[in-house]
Amino acid sequence: MEILLSITGVALLASLIASRRKTLTGIIRGLKMLWMIFPMLLGIIAGVSILLAAVPPASLARVIGGNGPLPFVIALFVGSLALIPGVVAFPLAALLRDQGASTAVLAAFITTLMMVGIFTLPLEIRFLGRRVALLRNGLAFVGSVVVAVAMAVILR
Amino acid sequence: MSEPTPEITVVMPVPPQGLGTPTASSPSARTRILRFVRRQGIWFVPVVAALALWVWSAAFGGFDLGARTGSTLYGFLKEVAIFLPAMFILVGLFDVWVPRRIVERHVGTAAGPLAIVWMLLLGTLQAGPLYAAFPVAVALYRKGASLRNVFIYLGAFSALKLPMLTFEVGFLGWRFSLARTLVTVPVFVLLAYALERLLPPGTRLPEAIPGKGLEKSTVDPAEVSHE
Repeated sequence: MEILLSITGVALLASLIASRRKTLTGIIRGLKMLWMIFPMLLGIIAGVSILLAAVPPASLARVIGGNGPLPFVIALFVGSLALIPGVVAFPLAALLRDQGASTAVLAAFITTLMMVGIFTLPLEIRFLGRRVALLRNGLAFVGSVVVAVAMAVILR
Repeated sequence: MSEPTPEITVVMPVPPQGLGTPTASSPSARTRILRFVRRQGIWFVPVVAALALWVWSAAFGGFDLGARTGSTLYGFLKEVAIFLPAMFILVGLFDVWVPRRIVERHVGTAAGPLAIVWMLLLGTLQAGPLYAAFPVAVALYRKGASLRNVFIYLGAFSALKLPMLTFEVGFLGWRFSLARTLVTVPVFVLLAYALERLLPPGTRLPEAIPGKGLEKSTVDPAEVSHE
Protein backbone atom coordinates (compact mmCIF):
# COMPACT_ATOMS: atom_id res chain seq x y z
CA MET A 1 0.00 0.00 0.00
CA GLU A 2 2.74 2.46 0.99
CA ILE A 3 4.72 1.37 -2.04
CA LEU A 4 1.89 2.21 -4.39
CA LEU A 5 1.27 5.55 -2.72
CA SER A 6 4.90 6.57 -2.96
CA ILE A 7 5.18 5.42 -6.58
CA THR A 8 2.07 7.39 -7.47
CA GLY A 9 3.40 10.39 -5.56
CA VAL A 10 6.76 10.36 -7.34
CA ALA A 11 5.12 9.80 -10.73
CA LEU A 12 2.70 12.64 -10.07
CA LEU A 13 5.50 14.99 -9.09
CA ALA A 14 7.65 14.09 -12.08
CA SER A 15 4.65 14.45 -14.35
CA LEU A 16 3.76 17.85 -12.90
CA ILE A 17 7.28 19.10 -13.50
CA ALA A 18 7.22 17.83 -17.06
CA SER A 19 3.80 19.12 -18.07
CA ARG A 20 0.91 20.43 -16.01
CA ARG A 21 -1.60 20.00 -18.79
CA LYS A 22 -0.74 16.37 -19.50
CA THR A 23 -0.74 15.59 -15.80
CA LEU A 24 -4.23 16.96 -15.46
CA THR A 25 -5.39 14.92 -18.46
CA GLY A 26 -3.91 11.81 -16.91
CA ILE A 27 -5.47 12.36 -13.51
CA ILE A 28 -8.86 13.09 -14.97
CA ARG A 29 -8.68 10.05 -17.18
CA GLY A 30 -7.76 7.79 -14.28
CA LEU A 31 -10.44 9.15 -11.99
CA LYS A 32 -13.07 8.93 -14.73
CA MET A 33 -12.24 5.26 -15.12
CA LEU A 34 -12.62 4.83 -11.38
CA TRP A 35 -15.92 6.71 -11.36
CA MET A 36 -17.30 4.43 -14.04
CA ILE A 37 -16.84 1.31 -11.95
CA PHE A 38 -17.50 2.94 -8.61
CA PRO A 39 -21.16 1.98 -8.02
CA MET A 40 -20.41 -1.58 -9.10
CA LEU A 41 -17.36 -1.78 -6.88
CA LEU A 42 -19.26 -0.41 -3.91
CA GLY A 43 -22.05 -2.94 -4.44
CA ILE A 44 -19.65 -5.85 -4.69
CA ILE A 45 -17.74 -4.79 -1.60
CA ALA A 46 -20.92 -4.37 0.43
CA GLY A 47 -22.21 -7.76 -0.72
CA VAL A 48 -18.96 -9.49 0.17
CA SER A 49 -18.92 -7.76 3.57
CA ILE A 50 -22.34 -9.17 4.40
CA LEU A 51 -21.27 -12.59 3.22
CA LEU A 52 -18.01 -12.59 5.17
CA ALA A 53 -19.88 -11.49 8.26
CA ALA A 54 -22.52 -14.18 7.79
CA VAL A 55 -19.94 -16.95 7.38
CA PRO A 56 -17.42 -16.67 10.21
CA PRO A 57 -13.97 -18.23 9.62
CA ALA A 58 -14.54 -20.84 12.30
CA SER A 59 -17.49 -22.40 10.49
CA LEU A 60 -15.57 -22.30 7.22
CA ALA A 61 -12.73 -24.13 8.94
CA ARG A 62 -15.17 -26.84 10.05
CA VAL A 63 -16.20 -27.48 6.46
CA ILE A 64 -12.82 -27.52 4.74
CA GLY A 65 -10.53 -28.27 7.63
CA GLY A 66 -10.05 -31.87 6.66
CA ASN A 67 -8.67 -34.33 4.19
CA GLY A 68 -10.10 -36.13 1.22
CA PRO A 69 -11.95 -35.17 -1.91
CA LEU A 70 -14.93 -33.37 -0.38
CA PRO A 71 -13.02 -30.65 1.51
CA PHE A 72 -10.86 -30.28 -1.61
CA VAL A 73 -13.86 -29.60 -3.84
CA ILE A 74 -15.47 -27.31 -1.30
CA ALA A 75 -12.21 -25.40 -0.91
CA LEU A 76 -12.05 -24.94 -4.68
CA PHE A 77 -15.54 -23.49 -4.85
CA VAL A 78 -15.38 -21.36 -1.73
CA GLY A 79 -12.05 -19.98 -2.91
CA SER A 80 -13.57 -19.15 -6.29
CA LEU A 81 -16.49 -17.30 -4.80
CA ALA A 82 -14.77 -15.17 -2.33
CA LEU A 83 -12.89 -11.95 -2.73
CA ILE A 84 -10.89 -12.09 0.47
CA PRO A 85 -7.89 -9.79 0.80
CA GLY A 86 -4.59 -11.58 1.38
CA VAL A 87 -4.35 -9.97 4.79
CA VAL A 88 -7.37 -12.01 5.82
CA ALA A 89 -6.75 -15.00 3.55
CA PHE A 90 -3.38 -16.14 4.88
CA PRO A 91 -4.26 -16.11 8.58
CA LEU A 92 -7.43 -17.94 7.59
CA ALA A 93 -5.37 -20.50 5.65
CA ALA A 94 -3.08 -20.96 8.66
CA LEU A 95 -6.19 -21.53 10.79
CA LEU A 96 -7.44 -24.10 8.30
CA ARG A 97 -4.13 -25.92 8.48
CA ASP A 98 -4.28 -26.02 12.24
CA GLN A 99 -7.72 -27.55 11.87
CA GLY A 100 -6.17 -30.33 9.81
CA ALA A 101 -6.62 -29.15 6.23
CA SER A 102 -4.28 -30.98 3.85
CA THR A 103 -1.77 -29.27 1.57
CA ALA A 104 -3.96 -29.94 -1.45
CA VAL A 105 -6.96 -28.34 0.24
CA LEU A 106 -4.94 -25.32 1.32
CA ALA A 107 -3.39 -24.86 -2.12
CA ALA A 108 -6.81 -25.21 -3.76
CA PHE A 109 -8.29 -22.62 -1.44
CA ILE A 110 -5.48 -20.08 -1.78
CA THR A 111 -5.01 -20.42 -5.51
CA THR A 112 -8.69 -20.12 -6.40
CA LEU A 113 -8.97 -17.30 -3.90
CA MET A 114 -6.34 -15.39 -5.79
CA MET A 115 -7.03 -16.28 -9.39
CA VAL A 116 -10.76 -16.88 -9.65
CA GLY A 117 -13.31 -14.29 -8.63
CA ILE A 118 -17.00 -14.94 -9.11
CA PHE A 119 -18.03 -11.87 -7.14
CA THR A 120 -15.73 -9.60 -9.09
CA LEU A 121 -16.92 -11.08 -12.38
CA PRO A 122 -19.21 -8.12 -13.22
CA LEU A 123 -16.24 -5.81 -12.83
CA GLU A 124 -13.99 -8.04 -14.86
CA ILE A 125 -16.60 -8.28 -17.61
CA ARG A 126 -16.73 -4.51 -17.76
CA PHE A 127 -13.00 -4.27 -18.25
CA LEU A 128 -12.19 -7.37 -20.29
CA GLY A 129 -15.48 -8.22 -21.94
CA ARG A 130 -17.82 -11.11 -21.23
CA ARG A 131 -16.12 -13.79 -23.25
CA VAL A 132 -12.58 -13.05 -22.09
CA ALA A 133 -13.60 -12.70 -18.45
CA LEU A 134 -15.56 -15.96 -18.36
CA LEU A 135 -12.86 -17.87 -20.18
CA ARG A 136 -10.12 -16.44 -17.97
CA ASN A 137 -11.94 -17.47 -14.82
CA GLY A 138 -12.74 -20.91 -16.18
CA LEU A 139 -9.14 -21.56 -17.15
CA ALA A 140 -7.86 -20.13 -13.87
CA PHE A 141 -10.12 -22.60 -12.06
CA VAL A 142 -8.67 -25.50 -14.04
CA GLY A 143 -5.19 -24.14 -13.40
CA SER A 144 -5.91 -23.97 -9.68
CA VAL A 145 -6.81 -27.67 -9.66
CA VAL A 146 -3.52 -28.43 -11.42
CA VAL A 147 -1.58 -26.29 -8.94
CA ALA A 148 -3.28 -27.90 -5.96
CA VAL A 149 -2.65 -31.44 -7.16
CA ALA A 150 0.97 -30.66 -8.03
CA MET A 151 1.48 -29.11 -4.60
CA ALA A 152 0.07 -32.18 -2.93
CA VAL A 153 2.53 -34.34 -4.84
CA ILE A 154 5.52 -32.08 -4.18
CA LEU A 155 4.91 -31.47 -0.49
CA ARG A 156 3.78 -34.93 0.45
CA MET B 1 -26.11 -10.75 -11.83
CA SER B 2 -25.93 -7.63 -13.94
CA GLU B 3 -27.63 -6.38 -17.04
CA PRO B 4 -25.35 -6.41 -20.02
CA THR B 5 -23.93 -2.95 -20.34
CA PRO B 6 -23.77 -2.20 -24.01
CA GLU B 7 -22.46 1.29 -23.44
CA ILE B 8 -19.24 -0.18 -22.15
CA THR B 9 -18.53 -2.47 -25.04
CA VAL B 10 -19.37 0.01 -27.75
CA VAL B 11 -16.70 0.14 -30.41
CA MET B 12 -15.14 3.44 -31.18
CA PRO B 13 -16.75 4.82 -34.34
CA VAL B 14 -20.08 4.96 -32.53
CA PRO B 15 -20.16 7.86 -30.13
CA PRO B 16 -20.08 6.39 -26.63
CA GLN B 17 -23.21 7.02 -24.64
CA GLY B 18 -22.08 5.82 -21.29
CA LEU B 19 -21.66 7.62 -18.03
CA GLY B 20 -19.56 10.69 -17.97
CA THR B 21 -19.60 11.06 -21.70
CA PRO B 22 -22.14 13.72 -22.51
CA THR B 23 -23.95 12.95 -25.71
CA ALA B 24 -24.56 15.42 -28.45
CA SER B 25 -28.19 15.83 -27.48
CA SER B 26 -27.21 16.62 -23.86
CA PRO B 27 -30.19 15.19 -21.95
CA SER B 28 -31.73 16.95 -18.99
CA ALA B 29 -30.45 16.33 -15.50
CA ARG B 30 -33.59 14.38 -14.67
CA THR B 31 -33.25 11.88 -17.49
CA ARG B 32 -29.58 11.51 -16.72
CA ILE B 33 -30.32 10.68 -13.10
CA LEU B 34 -33.01 8.25 -14.16
CA ARG B 35 -30.65 6.60 -16.55
CA PHE B 36 -27.97 6.35 -13.89
CA VAL B 37 -30.42 4.70 -11.49
CA ARG B 38 -31.64 2.30 -14.13
CA ARG B 39 -28.15 1.24 -15.14
CA GLN B 40 -26.30 1.37 -11.85
CA GLY B 41 -29.08 1.24 -9.27
CA ILE B 42 -28.82 -2.49 -8.71
CA TRP B 43 -25.35 -2.02 -7.20
CA PHE B 44 -26.76 0.07 -4.40
CA VAL B 45 -28.97 -2.77 -3.15
CA PRO B 46 -26.16 -4.55 -1.26
CA VAL B 47 -24.83 -1.20 -0.07
CA VAL B 48 -28.18 -0.28 1.43
CA ALA B 49 -28.55 -3.78 2.89
CA ALA B 50 -25.12 -3.66 4.53
CA LEU B 51 -25.76 -0.21 5.93
CA ALA B 52 -29.18 -1.28 7.21
CA LEU B 53 -27.65 -4.28 9.00
CA TRP B 54 -25.00 -2.10 10.54
CA VAL B 55 -27.39 0.65 11.63
CA TRP B 56 -29.74 -1.95 13.08
CA SER B 57 -27.00 -3.44 15.24
CA ALA B 58 -25.71 -0.02 16.24
CA ALA B 59 -29.18 1.16 17.24
CA PHE B 60 -30.54 -1.91 18.99
CA GLY B 61 -27.36 -3.76 19.87
CA GLY B 62 -26.92 -7.46 20.29
CA PHE B 63 -27.00 -8.09 16.57
CA ASP B 64 -23.65 -9.60 15.80
CA LEU B 65 -24.08 -9.98 12.04
CA GLY B 66 -24.67 -6.27 11.59
CA ALA B 67 -21.67 -5.26 13.65
CA ARG B 68 -19.41 -7.63 11.77
CA THR B 69 -20.79 -6.51 8.41
CA GLY B 70 -20.06 -2.93 9.41
CA SER B 71 -16.49 -3.59 10.48
CA THR B 72 -15.73 -5.69 7.39
CA LEU B 73 -17.23 -3.05 5.13
CA TYR B 74 -15.25 -0.37 6.90
CA GLY B 75 -12.04 -2.34 6.43
CA PHE B 76 -12.72 -2.78 2.71
CA LEU B 77 -13.67 0.85 2.24
CA LYS B 78 -10.54 2.07 3.96
CA GLU B 79 -8.46 -0.02 1.61
CA VAL B 80 -10.44 1.11 -1.42
CA ALA B 81 -10.47 4.79 -0.48
CA ILE B 82 -6.68 5.08 -0.35
CA PHE B 83 -5.71 2.43 -2.78
CA LEU B 84 -7.94 2.89 -5.78
CA PRO B 85 -7.50 6.63 -6.46
CA ALA B 86 -3.71 6.17 -6.32
CA MET B 87 -3.95 3.17 -8.63
CA PHE B 88 -6.22 4.84 -11.16
CA ILE B 89 -4.22 8.08 -11.20
CA LEU B 90 -1.13 6.01 -11.93
CA VAL B 91 -2.97 4.28 -14.75
CA GLY B 92 -4.07 7.65 -16.11
CA LEU B 93 -0.51 8.99 -16.02
CA PHE B 94 0.75 5.81 -17.67
CA ASP B 95 -1.84 6.32 -20.38
CA VAL B 96 -0.77 9.90 -20.98
CA TRP B 97 3.00 9.52 -20.82
CA VAL B 98 4.16 6.10 -21.89
CA PRO B 99 4.61 5.95 -25.65
CA ARG B 100 2.75 3.20 -27.36
CA ARG B 101 5.77 1.99 -29.28
CA ILE B 102 7.70 1.14 -26.11
CA VAL B 103 4.94 -1.08 -24.80
CA GLU B 104 4.43 -2.56 -28.24
CA ARG B 105 8.09 -3.36 -28.71
CA HIS B 106 8.54 -5.09 -25.37
CA VAL B 107 5.24 -6.84 -24.76
CA GLY B 108 3.37 -6.53 -28.05
CA THR B 109 2.30 -9.33 -30.34
CA ALA B 110 5.74 -9.49 -31.96
CA ALA B 111 7.67 -9.39 -28.70
CA GLY B 112 9.82 -12.34 -27.74
CA PRO B 113 9.75 -14.53 -24.63
CA LEU B 114 11.42 -11.76 -22.66
CA ALA B 115 7.96 -10.22 -22.53
CA ILE B 116 7.01 -12.90 -20.02
CA VAL B 117 9.73 -11.66 -17.67
CA TRP B 118 8.54 -8.07 -18.03
CA MET B 119 4.97 -9.00 -17.22
CA LEU B 120 6.00 -11.15 -14.27
CA LEU B 121 8.06 -8.30 -12.87
CA LEU B 122 5.30 -5.77 -13.35
CA GLY B 123 2.66 -7.99 -11.83
CA THR B 124 4.82 -9.15 -8.93
CA LEU B 125 5.89 -5.73 -7.79
CA GLN B 126 2.38 -4.42 -7.34
CA ALA B 127 0.07 -4.85 -4.45
CA GLY B 128 -3.65 -4.86 -4.05
CA PRO B 129 -6.72 -6.88 -4.84
CA LEU B 130 -7.29 -8.44 -8.25
CA TYR B 131 -9.88 -5.88 -9.26
CA ALA B 132 -7.17 -3.23 -9.17
CA ALA B 133 -5.28 -5.12 -11.87
CA PHE B 134 -8.03 -4.85 -14.50
CA PRO B 135 -7.55 -1.14 -15.27
CA VAL B 136 -3.80 -1.70 -15.57
CA ALA B 137 -4.40 -4.67 -17.86
CA VAL B 138 -6.68 -2.58 -20.07
CA ALA B 139 -4.19 0.30 -20.11
CA LEU B 140 -1.40 -2.06 -21.18
CA TYR B 141 -3.60 -3.55 -23.84
CA ARG B 142 -4.53 -0.14 -25.19
CA LYS B 143 -0.86 0.68 -25.48
CA GLY B 144 -0.28 -2.36 -27.65
CA ALA B 145 0.49 -5.22 -25.29
CA SER B 146 -0.65 -8.55 -26.71
CA LEU B 147 -3.58 -10.36 -25.13
CA ARG B 148 -1.32 -13.20 -24.04
CA ASN B 149 0.96 -10.83 -22.15
CA VAL B 150 -2.00 -9.08 -20.57
CA PHE B 151 -3.13 -12.45 -19.22
CA ILE B 152 0.35 -13.25 -17.95
CA TYR B 153 0.29 -9.92 -16.15
CA LEU B 154 -3.07 -10.73 -14.57
CA GLY B 155 -1.76 -14.12 -13.51
CA ALA B 156 1.37 -12.67 -11.93
CA PHE B 157 -0.63 -9.96 -10.25
CA SER B 158 -3.15 -12.34 -8.78
CA ALA B 159 -0.85 -15.12 -7.66
CA LEU B 160 2.60 -13.74 -6.92
CA LYS B 161 2.50 -10.30 -5.45
CA LEU B 162 5.74 -9.75 -3.58
CA PRO B 163 4.21 -8.01 -0.54
CA MET B 164 1.74 -10.87 -0.23
CA LEU B 165 4.46 -13.50 -0.56
CA THR B 166 6.26 -12.25 2.54
CA PHE B 167 2.94 -12.43 4.31
CA GLU B 168 2.32 -15.95 3.05
CA VAL B 169 5.73 -17.13 4.23
CA GLY B 170 4.96 -15.79 7.67
CA PHE B 171 1.73 -17.73 7.95
CA LEU B 172 2.27 -20.87 5.93
CA GLY B 173 6.03 -21.28 5.85
CA TRP B 174 8.56 -20.81 3.07
CA ARG B 175 8.27 -24.38 1.82
CA PHE B 176 4.61 -23.94 1.03
CA SER B 177 5.17 -20.48 -0.46
CA LEU B 178 8.09 -21.52 -2.60
CA ALA B 179 6.36 -24.63 -3.91
CA ARG B 180 3.21 -22.67 -4.68
CA THR B 181 5.17 -20.00 -6.55
CA LEU B 182 7.22 -22.50 -8.55
CA VAL B 183 4.13 -24.45 -9.55
CA THR B 184 1.90 -21.45 -10.22
CA VAL B 185 4.16 -19.48 -12.58
CA PRO B 186 4.38 -22.07 -15.38
CA VAL B 187 0.69 -22.88 -14.93
CA PHE B 188 -0.57 -19.37 -15.51
CA VAL B 189 1.91 -18.67 -18.32
CA LEU B 190 0.60 -21.79 -20.05
CA LEU B 191 -2.95 -20.68 -19.29
CA ALA B 192 -2.25 -17.31 -20.91
CA TYR B 193 -1.10 -19.06 -24.08
CA ALA B 194 -4.14 -21.33 -23.96
CA LEU B 195 -6.45 -18.39 -23.41
CA GLU B 196 -5.06 -16.56 -26.41
CA ARG B 197 -5.47 -19.71 -28.45
CA LEU B 198 -9.03 -20.36 -27.34
CA LEU B 199 -10.25 -16.86 -28.06
CA PRO B 200 -11.35 -16.38 -31.64
CA PRO B 201 -8.71 -14.54 -33.66
CA GLY B 202 -9.23 -10.81 -33.64
CA THR B 203 -10.77 -10.75 -30.19
CA ARG B 204 -10.41 -7.31 -28.68
CA LEU B 205 -10.94 -6.06 -25.18
CA PRO B 206 -13.68 -3.48 -24.79
CA GLU B 207 -12.08 -0.13 -25.23
CA ALA B 208 -14.86 2.20 -24.27
CA ILE B 209 -13.11 3.32 -21.12
CA PRO B 210 -13.28 7.08 -20.67
CA GLY B 211 -10.77 9.22 -22.43
CA LYS B 212 -9.94 6.36 -24.65
CA GLY B 213 -9.41 8.45 -27.78
CA LEU B 214 -6.95 5.72 -28.47
CA GLU B 215 -5.00 7.03 -31.43
CA LYS B 216 -6.34 10.53 -31.79
CA SER B 217 -6.41 12.98 -28.96
CA THR B 218 -3.60 11.93 -26.73
CA VAL B 219 -0.90 10.76 -29.05
CA ASP B 220 2.54 12.31 -28.99
CA PRO B 221 3.96 13.55 -32.26
CA ALA B 222 6.68 10.98 -31.75
CA GLU B 223 4.15 8.20 -31.61
CA VAL B 224 2.33 9.36 -34.70
CA SER B 225 5.50 9.34 -36.70
CA HIS B 226 6.02 5.77 -35.62
CA GLU B 227 2.66 4.43 -36.62
